[in-house]
Amino acid sequence: MTSEILVKAVDVCKSFGTFKALNEVGLEVRKGEVSCIIGPSGSGKSTFLRCINLLERIDSGAIWANGELIGYRRDGNRLYELSDVEIARQRRGIGMVFQRFNLFPHKTSLENVIEGPVQVLGESSKAAREHAMELLKRVGLADKAGNYPSELSGGQQQRVAIARAMGMRPSLILFDEPTSALDPELVAEVLDVMNDLAASGMTMIVVTHEMGFARNVSNTVAFMDGGRLIEHGPSARVLTQPDNPRTADFLKAVQR
Amino acid sequence: MTDTPLPQSSRDAHDIAHLELVPRRHVGRKVFAAIVLLLVALLIRAFVVGQIEWPVVGQFLFAPVIIQGIWNTLLMTVAAMSLGIALGVLIAIMRISGNPVLEYIALVYVWIFRGAPALLQLLLWFNLALIFPTMGIPGLFEFNTVEVMTPFVAAMLGLGIQQGAYTSEVVRSGLLSVDAGQYEAARTIGMTGMQTLRRIVLPQAMRVMVPPVGNEVISMVKLTSLASVIQYSEILHNAQVIYYANTRVLELLMVASFWYLAIVTVLSLIQSRIERYYARGTRGRTTI
Repeated sequence: MTSEILVKAVDVCKSFGTFKALNEVGLEVRKGEVSCIIGPSGSGKSTFLRCINLLERIDSGAIWANGELIGYRRDGNRLYELSDVEIARQRRGIGMVFQRFNLFPHKTSLENVIEGPVQVLGESSKAAREHAMELLKRVGLADKAGNYPSELSGGQQQRVAIARAMGMRPSLILFDEPTSALDPELVAEVLDVMNDLAASGMTMIVVTHEMGFARNVSNTVAFMDGGRLIEHGPSARVLTQPDNPRTADFLKAVQR
Repeated sequence: MTDTPLPQSSRDAHDIAHLELVPRRHVGRKVFAAIVLLLVALLIRAFVVGQIEWPVVGQFLFAPVIIQGIWNTLLMTVAAMSLGIALGVLIAIMRISGNPVLEYIALVYVWIFRGAPALLQLLLWFNLALIFPTMGIPGLFEFNTVEVMTPFVAAMLGLGIQQGAYTSEVVRSGLLSVDAGQYEAARTIGMTGMQTLRRIVLPQAMRVMVPPVGNEVISMVKLTSLASVIQYSEILHNAQVIYYANTRVLELLMVASFWYLAIVTVLSLIQSRIERYYARGTRGRTTI
C-alpha cells in the first residue's frame, strides 16, 4: 500500500509520575489502513492511542495526524502548545470509540450521533439527522434511534458509539479495546460493524485483544510491551512469524 | 409457621411448589400508623382549644397586606435564588477550571460568604454606605449608596451571595458525579471545555443537583424572613406590622405559617416534576 501517511508518531515518551508508560514509540499508519496494536495489559497501548487525539499529553516526541502536528505549533526551534479551541478543532477529524462506550446517557441514540455534527460542525439539524439515520441503519440500529443508552445492550451501545464517531465524518477512527467490556455473545456484532467500516476504506487504529480481527481484518499489527513498540509490520507476518521473541511469547500465551 | 424440609418424593415437592404465595402482612405498620394519627389528632385539638382566635386567623389570611407580603417573599426567593444559582455555577466552574487564579478566588469566596451568618451579611449590605458612601466609575457615573441599597437590593445581595457559596458546593459535587468518560467522549467529538460543560456535563449533573438545589430553594423561602429585619415587606414583616397594631400575635404568626407551608408545598411538587425530567435515560430508583 503506497497511499499517503495519515498518522505518524516519532519518539513519543510519556510518564505517569515515575512510571514510564511510553518509551520512544514510533508508528506510521497510511490512509485506508487498519492497524491493530496488541500487547499485554499495562504495555502502553491505550495510552499511546489516547495521545494521538490528545486525551493524554505527551512529554516529548511528536505526533502528526491528518497532516497536522497534534497539539503544538512550531515557531522557530520551539513547539508551542495550542489553545483549547485549536485542539478541539484538531480532534474533529479523529473519531474515537471507547472500551466503556461513553455514550451520553441523557441523549437518545440519534441525539448522540447528531450532537457533534450540529454543535461542533454547525450542520443543520435536518441534514445531521438524515446522516445519523443512515449511519444507524449501517450499524443495524435504525429501529433504536429513539432509545436511550440505558435501554440498549452493550453491543448495541458500542455500535451507536461507532455511529457517533462516524457522524463527525472523521478521516481516522481510534478504537480503544472496543469489545473488551462486552459479553462474549455480543462481540461479533461489533466486530462485524468494524469489518464493514474497514472494507469501506476507513483508516482505523485498533487496540484489541481480538486476534481473529487482527489476523483477518487489519493490514498491519504493532506489538507493544513495557511502553515500547517492539514490532510493527504486515499482520500476516507479525502474527505468524514475529521477529521478536517477546511477540512470539505473547502470541503463544493469547492463542492457548 | 414451620420449617419446610425438602420432601422425599418429588411429587410432594411439586405440590408445595404450587401452593399459593402470600406476601408478608406488615401488621406493625398499621399499628404504628394508628398511633401517629392519634398523636396528630391530639395536637390539632390542643391548637383548637388553645388561646387562638381562629376567626381572626381567617380574617387576616387573605388581607391585602399579607397578600402583598406573599408576593414580596416569592419575588425575593426568585431574585436571591437566581443570583445564588448563577454565582454557584460560576464558582463551581472556577473551582474545576484548572486555572489557579480562578480556583483561589472561588475558594476565598466560599470561605468568606459561607463563614458569616446570613443575617449579619444582610445588615452589612444594608449599611454598606458607611464604607462606600458613593459607588460608580469616576468620570462616568456615580450614585449615593444609600439610595441604591434599598431593603430589596440589600436583601437580594446578602441572601443571594451567601447562597452562591452553598450552591457552588452542590454544583461542584454534581460536576464531579459525572463520569470522566463523558468529558473524554465530548472532547473526541471536538467540543471545547465550555461546550462540554453546557451540553454534556451540566445536564447530567442536574440529576444529582436538583434535589439539593430544591432543598435550598425551600430553605430560601424561609430565609427571606430575615429580610424583615431590614424593613423588607415580606410575609413575616407584614404580619408583625399587623400584630404590633392589634396585638393578635399568635393569630398572625399562624397566618404567616400557613402561607410559608403553602408555598413550600407547591415548590415541593414542582421539584418532583423537575427531578423526573432530569432522570430521563436512567433506570428508576429502588427502596432500600
